Amino acid sequence: MKKTIMTLLMLFGLLLSAATAAVRADTHEPDVPKKLFVPPPPFTPGIYPCSQCHAGMPVDRNPRKLQGMHDNIALKHMPGGWCFDCHNPNNRDTLRLANGKIVRFEESYNLCGQCHGTILREWKAGLHGKRTGMWNGEKQYLLCVHCHWPHDPKFKPIQPLPPPVRPSDIK
Amino acid sequence: MQDKKTPERSIQRRTFLKGAALGLAATALPSRDAEASIWEAFFQKHFREMSEAEIRKVIGRLEQEYEQKYKKKITVGIEKPLPGVLFGYGLDLSRCIGCRRCVYGCVDENNQSKDPQIHWITVLRFKKGEKWVDLEESEKYYNPSAVPEEEYFYMPVQCQQCENPPCVRVCPTQATWKDEDGIVVIDYNWCIGCRYCMAACPYGARRFNWTDPGRKTEELNTETHYLGNRPRFKGVVEKCTFCIQRTRKEPGRYPACVEACPVGARKFGNLLDPMSEIRYAIEHKRVFRLKEDLNTNPKFYYFFAYGG
Ligand code: SF4
Ligand code: SF4
Repeated sequence: MKKTIMTLLMLFGLLLSAATAAVRADTHEPDVPKKLFVPPPPFTPGIYPCSQCHAGMPVDRNPRKLQGMHDNIALKHMPGGWCFDCHNPNNRDTLRLANGKIVRFEESYNLCGQCHGTILREWKAGLHGKRTGMWNGEKQYLLCVHCHWPHDPKFKPIQPLPPPVRPSDIK
Repeated sequence: MQDKKTPERSIQRRTFLKGAALGLAATALPSRDAEASIWEAFFQKHFREMSEAEIRKVIGRLEQEYEQKYKKKITVGIEKPLPGVLFGYGLDLSRCIGCRRCVYGCVDENNQSKDPQIHWITVLRFKKGEKWVDLEESEKYYNPSAVPEEEYFYMPVQCQQCENPPCVRVCPTQATWKDEDGIVVIDYNWCIGCRYCMAACPYGARRFNWTDPGRKTEELNTETHYLGNRPRFKGVVEKCTFCIQRTRKEPGRYPACVEACPVGARKFGNLLDPMSEIRYAIEHKRVFRLKEDLNTNPKFYYFFAYGG
């Protein structure tokens, strides 16, 4: 039941973002830039390809607390979500959209964009996320997952660098 | 007064003017047997009135002086504004977490003095929900163990590259001007250190070198621009130039602060290019500029991409 609601919600999100995209198409609709320079996905060293372990392993679709492997993942993304909302149960080396389309890890932004359509559009336009490289040449993009850990995507607070010296502290 | 071997410092216009004001002009002039380069520096023409050959000569002299002083080769670029480019900057206040990575990224890139400390970027902290545009109510010395803090938000301020810059209008020697690509630049060889521009700038964006900049040779960025991050001297004013040494190139790199920001709050590009990130921000987000009522027409846009 939960599962169906999730899928419905996702579909609704998709429709919604498609609609907004159509409205904006005339003004400044950035097509996928000719070249997206995206660095390789930030896998934990040694973990990829996932099929190293998962090939031939039975698929357990029951939500549960993971033991041993992957026990650092306490899913804090979609409430009620589970691995196979994004990971492809039939081939763990790939991801899978709600509509069944297979997505490579290198293009995982398409997966995130199912729900975060506005952000995906703004990421392509260069507004969301960090751009490095050349302002009038090759721009280096980052995948969503370079900054947001997909299993708990909210930014964690960091320590600020030191404040400026107060004039009264100058000797 | 100063060592003859560092000509850049031994006689400068402002030393001369100091003397002139007291009616002692002659005492501040280079002595008759001073090195030729000292006289050359003294009578250097305005940057925009020099021919290509004259500029090259000045650069040659400067690079030599820097090498003597820092024992290191420092390249001084003279790239002109790119045609069809007007630079603009965007800052997403809904993203900025006040971490000051931009502040120190800028210092590393632009050869600011570390002691005494000079920062071109100041990050201001405001309490959410208050009349926060009141700059006087902001805090720049905040220092919690972690940012962002629940009840605050942050606004970095640097030179706003005004289209109508009051700092330029007050400069008695025209040592600071707005170039065609919209960058307000300073010729440190023409700056007399009167600090009129600092008084005129409504954004507190300019900094003064009260002493010779304190910076270790090994910390110097050796890729510089004449109107940008080349090493400065005692008694001159400096400020953000949108990283002129990086951006005025084909292709040119993003400013250092854009690359330093961990949350991607900083946007940069060509205001005349409809496909640029900055244009996207202006066309799709509610942008505002600081102190718009002063008619300075800054090219530095603040916005809230989310919420707000
Ligand atoms: S912000 Fe200040 S220093 Fe920069 S151009 Fe405007 S008036 Fe001049
Ligand atoms: S580096 Fe980015 S997030 Fe940090 S203070 Fe500067 S603009 Fe804000």
